[in-house]
Amino acid sequence: MAQAIETQPPNANPTDTNTVHFLREAAEAKFDFHSISIQAAGDERLKTAVSTNTQRQYDGRQLRMLELPDADGMRTLAGGIKQHALDNLDFYLDQLADCVHRNGGQVHFARDADSARTIIAGIAQKSGCKRVIKSKSMASEEIELAHFLESAGLDLVETDLGEFIIQISHDKPSHLVAPIIHKDRASIARLFSEYFKTPYCDDPEALTAQARLFLRNKFRAADLGITGGNFLIAETGQVCVVENEGNARQSLTTPRVLVSLVGIEKIIPRLADLAVMLKLLARSSTGQRMTVYTSVFGGPRQSGEKDGPEEFHLVLLDNGRSEILASEQYRETLRCIRCGACLNACPVYRKIGGHAYGSVYPGPIGALITPLFQGLAKFKDLPQASSLCGACYEACPVKINIPRHLVNLRKDITDQRLNSPIERIIYRLWAWGMKSPRRYRIFTAMQKFDLRRRARGTGWIAKLPSVVSGWTRVRDMPAPATRTFHEIWKDRP
Amino acid sequence: MATVALFVTCLTDQFYPHVGVAVAKILQRFGCDVQFPKEQTCCGQPFFNNGFHPEARRLATRMIEIFRPYPYVVTPSGSCCAMVREQFHELLHEDPQWQKPMEEMRAKTYEFVEFLDKVLKVDFTQFSLPNPRDISYHYTCHLRGIGVKDEGVRLLRQIGNVQFKPLEKTDQCCGFGGTFAVKYPAISGAIVDDKAKCIQATGANTLICNDAGCTMNISGMCHRRGMQTSVRHLAELMAEAMGIDLTAW
Repeated sequence: MAQAIETQPPNANPTDTNTVHFLREAAEAKFDFHSISIQAAGDERLKTAVSTNTQRQYDGRQLRMLELPDADGMRTLAGGIKQHALDNLDFYLDQLADCVHRNGGQVHFARDADSARTIIAGIAQKSGCKRVIKSKSMASEEIELAHFLESAGLDLVETDLGEFIIQISHDKPSHLVAPIIHKDRASIARLFSEYFKTPYCDDPEALTAQARLFLRNKFRAADLGITGGNFLIAETGQVCVVENEGNARQSLTTPRVLVSLVGIEKIIPRLADLAVMLKLLARSSTGQRMTVYTSVFGGPRQSGEKDGPEEFHLVLLDNGRSEILASEQYRETLRCIRCGACLNACPVYRKIGGHAYGSVYPGPIGALITPLFQGLAKFKDLPQASSLCGACYEACPVKINIPRHLVNLRKDITDQRLNSPIERIIYRLWAWGMKSPRRYRIFTAMQKFDLRRRARGTGWIAKLPSVVSGWTRVRDMPAPATRTFHEIWKDRP
Repeated sequence: MATVALFVTCLTDQFYPHVGVAVAKILQRFGCDVQFPKEQTCCGQPFFNNGFHPEARRLATRMIEIFRPYPYVVTPSGSCCAMVREQFHELLHEDPQWQKPMEEMRAKTYEFVEFLDKVLKVDFTQFSLPNPRDISYHYTCHLRGIGVKDEGVRLLRQIGNVQFKPLEKTDQCCGFGGTFAVKYPAISGAIVDDKAKCIQATGANTLICNDAGCTMNISGMCHRRGMQTSVRHLAELMAEAMGIDLTAW
């Protein structure tokens, strides 16, 4: 059976309707968040899948964080560790590179996505590797590594179950940690039935076993392993990878050559700092105390060791990070450890899922870093599509003040005149009105007259005009009271 | 006797003035001298949140001036309170002229429930609604920003004849977010629809919500869905339990 599976050609078309829409939208140069989000928010199946799963992880997080003696203090500490590393990144990158060299590994600095891809393809070519097992990594998604290596003729398989499902359905991950959060069991069962040419079966255990068998053969045959990295430990020159399936561990032990692709912002100074990070990462992410596997590695196999690669390459990815690092205002956003807690907590993400954000980094953190990485003009909707409820900041294990940064981006939008002239006029007129009690009185009297007329004595307005029509598209609007508090106070006996 | 300046907020002023009356009368009942500086308009929150910071700064300094003579400022809105406590700092901390008055303003501004709990340290066990009533509670987001947690629920549950019905996802945003509700109605609508369903599931016909914007949003969705839910400020319910008449001053 395993033999038959290996010869299976990859599926030609995406199977998920959301993905079809997403890919179509993504192909267009202009990112139209409005229409994508309207579509996503109206998709009951998507909403149910995402809401249920995020809520479960959110509840799990809250429960596990309570176990810590001082969760808030620990978040402050973790944020401080990351911030210190970022503030002194040049020093720690040097230290890291020295230590990796000392361990016998090689370090490559990749300025952008293109150079990272070329470096990794070059490593594969030079060492004669053909069969790649790749574990989950957001950095690799960011540079579309898998696709590139496949086009270069390498036989690459995503070994994380979720990412494997993404790969064979030609989909994109829609969550930092749970890439297939937008899929339900039935769609995965249909996909497996089609891909493996087996009868339809939606038993999760059976489906997992099917994938496991397929992946086992890939693990045995692989000569190149590719991982990401959750943390880089500067003082030891090591990479830390956390996971639940053991597939990343396979990448470290079986193949001849090992490549770890990690963003430069993942550095922490000391091994002792890792203890703080690990206490928070899995709790924040999946509501686990720890992930099933935590691997800390660096360098090729040493004499006397039973397994490990002959070659180890650490590819450090910049790809726009040093520009954010240079900004005093936004540097803090690089603290992110990609735990996904802000996605799970976010009322917007829960309703529209990850694909609507138009980038590999969705949710609140995506709404923040996507415009920073890829330009505010194209992604100006993202910082605005937030109710600023603050649930993300409350959930963030490294205390990135996401709502504040979203407001800063909105300020940049106004300062760079990226919003419409009408919007700017309305806000300035409105502010002008609020600056004088007399104008405020006239303004509220006019508004009261207009809204009460529209309510026709019912107390409710079912339809508002032009710029504010969005309100009544989904809900009614209460009519103002007959007298304002100002009037009531003035007339009191 | 504490002198308290009421910061009524623009939405409460226009849409829920009786909440302002309830707040003023309850504070009076607990022995406060309640003042209402009539020059007050808006704290600048819409302008701050939408990136119009010079405009927000001018409204912030205006507010600080107006409330300068008073030792306490109390507001029935969590988000306007958060504007003063959190964002005024962001806007004015680098301005030598305004830094000190801004810090004073931040230190003396309280959300209504927070003021009852932390400053007046009141107890509501002596008060009771005339009849038993099922009541649920929505945790408005900006209470997070000012560090208020379960104070509202605790005071609510002290009132006699309150049959508290916990709201599922009580701390999930209602989807208001100011202009967000108008700009992204599909997303905002999906979020407040979820809220309305959770409210319906409690079986309670009264929902406590201590922010005028959220109340407009939630009640607007409940009304659109044909639900009988009455969305009220905790001050209204307290006034009822204390026998305070809100129809006349």
